[in-house]
Amino acid sequence: MTTSLETLRAVADRMSNECPQALALGMVTVALEADVALLKLPYSLDIVGDPDTGVIAGGVVTTLLDHASGQAVMAALGEPRPIATLDLRIDYMRAAEPGLDVHARAHCYRITRSVAFVRATAYDRDPDDPVATAQAAFMINTAGLPPPVDPVVDEARP
Amino acid sequence: MSAEAAERLRTTLARIPYARFLGVRAELAGDEMTVILPFSPHLIGNTSLPAIHGGVLGALLEMTALAQLSITQGLARQPKPIDVTVGYLRSGRPVDTFARAEIKRLGRRVANVYVEAWQEARSRPIANLHGHFHVTPSEQG
Repeated sequence: MTTSLETLRAVADRMSNECPQALALGMVTVALEADVALLKLPYSLDIVGDPDTGVIAGGVVTTLLDHASGQAVMAALGEPRPIATLDLRIDYMRAAEPGLDVHARAHCYRITRSVAFVRATAYDRDPDDPVATAQAAFMINTAGLPPPVDPVVDEARP
Repeated sequence: MSAEAAERLRTTLARIPYARFLGVRAELAGDEMTVILPFSPHLIGNTSLPAIHGGVLGALLEMTALAQLSITQGLARQPKPIDVTVGYLRSGRPVDTFARAEIKRLGRRVANVYVEAWQEARSRPIANLHGHFHVTPSEQG
């Protein structure tokens, strides 16, 4: 990996600062390594899914894991290129503890010319006691070309 | 579907802060429920396309599954997701998005639910979800 950490940091900052949904949630990149992204989603009353307990919605964990996975792919690519999520599988282990920030660690463990594979974990206190885990696949588009209207369908067809 | 179900659906969604954050609402026509996510700039994930955040679409699909289960008779408690698989077929354009869920099987503990989201045309879905949810049947249910 020849990309400097500064370049990766700039890519991550762009993905967060230019992403209205990330800004609305206050979701930030904590650290970025060669093929790993660490993100934080601050607890807020806006993202509560169960008003009786204060537990955050499963859907917002989906957004955190999708976002973290995308950043891990960017980190592995080492340059900003258009990517599109193909699929995202999430297993919900337990409810997140009300009042605690949720963190995500995503690892892009395999990358081919056109597809990137990612595993990710969301946790509040301990990475070994996850709230949810995810497995995702992304299509990678060609750098320099404008993103196609239908990136997934156009690229994925045999 | 009864007026009671429509009312239960409305109050369920209105009570969930995250549903208000996204801006989702639901409509019932007979026994068919459609969840609507009106477009709003804060839903955007990628400003250069622009496209709705993939996580937001996943959340919409999951919420649609939960809402469909909530109007199902005989459930004592709010269902909880066990696992979901979200497939992305097309990018979510900056327009309103709709979703409908189909309960494939409702067991005593687990429900298997399929959900599809679309924008301009129902025949051109932008995302789908297949998931399992914990359900708790009420005593008399």
